[in-house]
Parts: sequence; C-alpha cells; structure tokens
Amino acid sequence: MAQAGYFGQYGGRFVAETLVPALEELTRAYEEIVPTKEFQDEWRGLLASYVGRPTPVTRAHQLGALLTSRGAPGAEIWLKREDLCHTGAHKINNALGQVLLAKRLNKTRIIAETGAGQHGVATATACAVLGLPCEVYMGAVDVERQAPNVGRMKMLGARVIPVESGSRTLKDAMNEALRDWVTNVRTTHYCVGSAAGPHPYPSLVRDLQRVIGAEALEQFGQLDQKLPDAVVACVGGGSNAIGIFADFVPHTDVALYGVEAAGHGIETGHHAAPLNAGGVGVLHGSLTRIMQDENGQVLEAHSVSAGLDYPGVGPEHAYLQELGRATYLAVGDEAALNAALDLTRTEGIICALETAHAIAALTEVSERETKRLGRPPRILVCLSGRGDKDLVTYLDYLAKKEAK
Amino acid sequence: MSSPRIRQKFEARRAEGKKVLIAYLTVGYPNLEVSYECALAALEAGADILELGVPFSDPTADGPVIAKASFEAIQSGGSLKAAIALGARLRKVRQEPMVLFSYYNPILSYGEAKAVSDWAEAGGDGLLLVDLPPEEGDSLRAQASARELSIIPLIAPTTDEARAKKILERGASGFIYYVSVAGVTGTGTAPLAEAGAHAAELERLSSIPAVVGFGIGSPEQARQAAGAGASGVVVGTALIRAVAAGDPSDAPRRVADLVRALRAAV
Repeated sequence: MAQAGYFGQYGGRFVAETLVPALEELTRAYEEIVPTKEFQDEWRGLLASYVGRPTPVTRAHQLGALLTSRGAPGAEIWLKREDLCHTGAHKINNALGQVLLAKRLNKTRIIAETGAGQHGVATATACAVLGLPCEVYMGAVDVERQAPNVGRMKMLGARVIPVESGSRTLKDAMNEALRDWVTNVRTTHYCVGSAAGPHPYPSLVRDLQRVIGAEALEQFGQLDQKLPDAVVACVGGGSNAIGIFADFVPHTDVALYGVEAAGHGIETGHHAAPLNAGGVGVLHGSLTRIMQDENGQVLEAHSVSAGLDYPGVGPEHAYLQELGRATYLAVGDEAALNAALDLTRTEGIICALETAHAIAALTEVSERETKRLGRPPRILVCLSGRGDKDLVTYLDYLAKKEAK
Repeated sequence: MSSPRIRQKFEARRAEGKKVLIAYLTVGYPNLEVSYECALAALEAGADILELGVPFSDPTADGPVIAKASFEAIQSGGSLKAAIALGARLRKVRQEPMVLFSYYNPILSYGEAKAVSDWAEAGGDGLLLVDLPPEEGDSLRAQASARELSIIPLIAPTTDEARAKKILERGASGFIYYVSVAGVTGTGTAPLAEAGAHAAELERLSSIPAVVGFGIGSPEQARQAAGAGASGVVVGTALIRAVAAGDPSDAPRRVADLVRALRAAV
C-alpha cells in the first residue's frame, strides 16, 4: 500500500472536513486499540459465547449432484455457515466490534445504514447487548421489501428512519447516515456495515470480518489439510466477500470469485455491478468503481436483493480485481431466485437473496475451475445469511412459477 | 498562485470598511436559464463573489433545501459542463470572482486537467471541493495553481489548530471557508458570533482572508458573523429558498431583493 488507507489507486478519504478529525480518531483506534489483547479477548469472547462462532463448514452433497447434472460434473461444494450466526448473517461480527470500539472512544450514540436490514439488525443487537442507543437509516423501498428486519430492529429498541430521497435504497440511506454523522460527530459513532466508505472503514470492516476466512482455513486444515480451489461470495459493498477472501489472498493457488448483482441484466443498465460495468469514481468517501453517467452523477442501482442494491463497492475489491487476484462475476435477479430454491430443496437451507447470487454463480465457477485445474474443483461458498427476511419475495416468485 | 480577482475584491471591500458577500446558487435550478438570470441578478444587486454550485446526485454535505435543488437541477441539465458554460457567459458581462462549488466526482469524471483548463478559460477564479480534504487531490491542486485558480480550503469547528495550520500550509489560496457548525448546509442554529471570531483567528494564522458559511440566511445573521470578525459571509440555502419561493420568472427579483438586504447589512 503506497499510502495509508489506499489499496493501489483505490480508497482514500473523500469527506467533508468536519468528519476528518473523527476519521483520524477512528483510524488511531483501529491501529492502536483493535489489535490489543484486551480488545480482541472481549470481542472474540462475544463472538464465541454470544454469536455462536466458529460457524461450521457444511458439505453440500446434493447441491453438488445438482451442479453435476447441469454440466459441472464432480464439483465439491462447501458452505461457510454465516447464516448460523446470531441474528442470521455475518454482519454481527463487524457490528459487535465497532460498537465495542465506539464505547472505548466514549461515544454515546450509534447510527448505521442498512439495505437488507441485516446490518441494521446486527447493529441494533450489538447496541442492545452493549447498552447504547441506536438509530438506523433505511431506504423507504427497503423498509417495505425487508419488513421482517424492520420489525426486529424495532423490537430491539432501535429507531428505524425511512429515507425518502433519491432511489430510496441503500445509497440514500448511507447519504442520510453521513448527514447525521456530520451533525452529531462529537457524540456519535457511525457503524458502517460494509467494507466501503472512507478510511479506515474498508480496513476496519475487513479485519472484523476476516474471522470468516480464518476459521474456514483452519477447518479445512483439520478436515484433510486440503485448501479449497476456489472461494465464492456475493458482493454488494463486499463485507462478507472481503471477510472470507482476506486470509486466502496470500494462498495464490486459491481462486477468488466475487458475485455482483446483474439485476435485470448488465445490458439493460438496471443492475448493481460496478466492478463488471462501472468506472472509477468517488462515492461515500472512497475512490472505487461506481455506476455513473457521463456527468459523474451516480446512477441508481437495481437488484431484487436489497443488500446488493448499491452502485459502489468496497475499494479493496476494485484493487483485487485490478491486480487480477479476484474475479468478479454477475448474476441476475431470476437466476438468484432460482438458486435460492435449489439450495433450499437440495440442502434444506433457506439463504438470503444476497447469498443466492453466490450460489447461482457456482455452475460458472465450477466450469472455469475445472478448466483451470483439469479436474473437478473443491469450492467454498460464503453462505452469508439466512433468508427469513426474503420469504415474501420467495413465496411471490414461487406462486408466479406455479401459475406458469 | 491564486486568483488576483479574489484578492482584489477582498482588498477593495476592506478599504471601504465593508465585508465580502458571497452568493451560492445551484446551476440548473430551477432550470439553466433561470439560474443564469439569478446569478446575474445576485451580482447586480451587490454580491461580491459568486459560488456556482455543481449539482451532484449524492450531496452528503448539504441539507434538504440544497439537496432537493441539486436533484432538480440534474433533471434540468445541470452539470459541471453546464456550470462552466454558465460561468463563461457571466464573465462576458461581469467582472466579479467566480468559484465552482462542487463535490469531487463530477470533476474526476470530467477529467481534472480538462476541468481546470476549461474553468480557467471560462474566466473562473477558484474551486471549492466539499469532499476533498487536503490529504487528497494533490494533482488537482497542482494543476489549479498552475492556472491561477484558487483552491478554497474548508475548515470546520472540529478542525483543531494543528490541523488548521496543516491545511493552510498545503497550498490554501483565495480565501478560507470556515464552516460555522458541524452539520449540513441550511442549518438554523449556527453559533455565528463564535464562528466569526474563529474566522478572524484563522485569518491571523494565514495570509488570506477567512469567511463564514453555513447557517447564514438573514441580514441579522450576516451581521453577527461579520461583526465578530469574519472578512466575509456566504449565503446559500436562503438564496435557494428565494429561488424556490414562487414563479420561476420572478426568481431573479427575489434573489436580488435578498442580496440587497444582505449587502446593506455587511
């Protein structure tokens, strides 16, 4: 890294001056408090006794057989079960870490943005158990399509603030959270949910999520000491992906695949795939790849998955792509919905719509890896979250399919 | 290097015992033609410096009034390109300094070198980039300086003295924009006398004048900040409110009325 907070040319800290001192304070905390034994013991203690870590890896035999029947013969599929975390997704790893850190910084209030509501629920949960008030900004469209999570946040005592501006989704929720933070920066910690935003968030969130990949490495070590050939994760801002990738990055024989949301299709423009079809730009404080028009206005993203419905991406993913270390595919709405059904019916796991994008990419990953290796691959997928929140969408889709 | 027009304007007002009045308008709000006429009206009514706001899709430093104007301006064709063209048109008839007020992404997307060169050619005097703190944008700063465009630094109430010094050492020119309150534009509760005094302090730390912005909408508020020692005041949200307050064809008159009232106060 040439400069602190940069991943190659990506990253940085493009924010109003008012926020810079708070980001400097948070950077010092990231460098000086997070690595201490005291902090790590407290955080890891919660991960073990409260979140239920380590989460298992599960061999998906029947899903593997289904892929075999679809022209990807012999692939061995493993699922890293973040859906089994308390609150139902990996987001809690980061939320607990940041709320603990905020307490060390004597902040008395926590704010967060959320798309699918998983990060909102995780932050509300961390605030409930650690005793801080919590306000969550959520796009009005997402409030509607992720109603169960809105209810959970309310139950947890958080205030959910629907955001009516712009596309009324994750991007706009993040804008409002930033406006709140710039106004209340002295007392408030902004708990960013993705590995995006200004420095130090991309690094901080990665380090609070890398436990996913670190555990998986250890689990394969105990299993048969064979690493997976490929690691696959969905990418919105990219926190579960960077979390499972981070400790595999030095293992250069392990291929890394991120899966963006292609929405209605990349060619339609209605997608959420800045790594596949975006350009270099600045959004929410970091230089990364974003979806934008010829005047540098950020475009509205589209995905059936609220958690992936974001026109930017964490800067480290832009860097891994540029290095050629990770490959980023894109999967559309319908393929993701079908993949969720496949996983449920082969493995008995109802995954989140976000995760379903990673599952939907498995045929392509398997084909690519078989070609690269000359044999069927072993693939590890980050099963980033469970799908209770998406049941209405799934049931609507099922009803439509059955009506055809 | 910095813009001579900006320096001369502050010197001239100081010699008269007056303060510099800076007017912000969003380019393209409510449409390109009316925003041109409003800018012209503001200058004719006595604004000293014009800030041409480049509308951006994600204006995280702006409150609801300017954010809404920004969205509508984009629909009406507002952009960096349109702002430069509007500036060039104004320069044919007016001599006041003009500063582009923008988020960084429109500049990055347009191309830093082209943005600097086109703005200089249009007769622009400075750039104020809300989300480009001094640690970022070295290449843009160098290019702006080579074309005698000032890069206006922002200093906030959360900026401590050590950091303020660092900001001022990193090529600040034109004037210092002191943000009166931690918050977004259009806040109604800024401690303006305190901000004015702080601006005066910053001016002593540097070789350039300091103005106060955020939360100044009325003549009384302008007087408070100026009276406490600021060399100038910036008015934005109140002008956008005036633009929005009725028939677009009367917007220039409403802008001129507000500017005249502010002018009389400082």
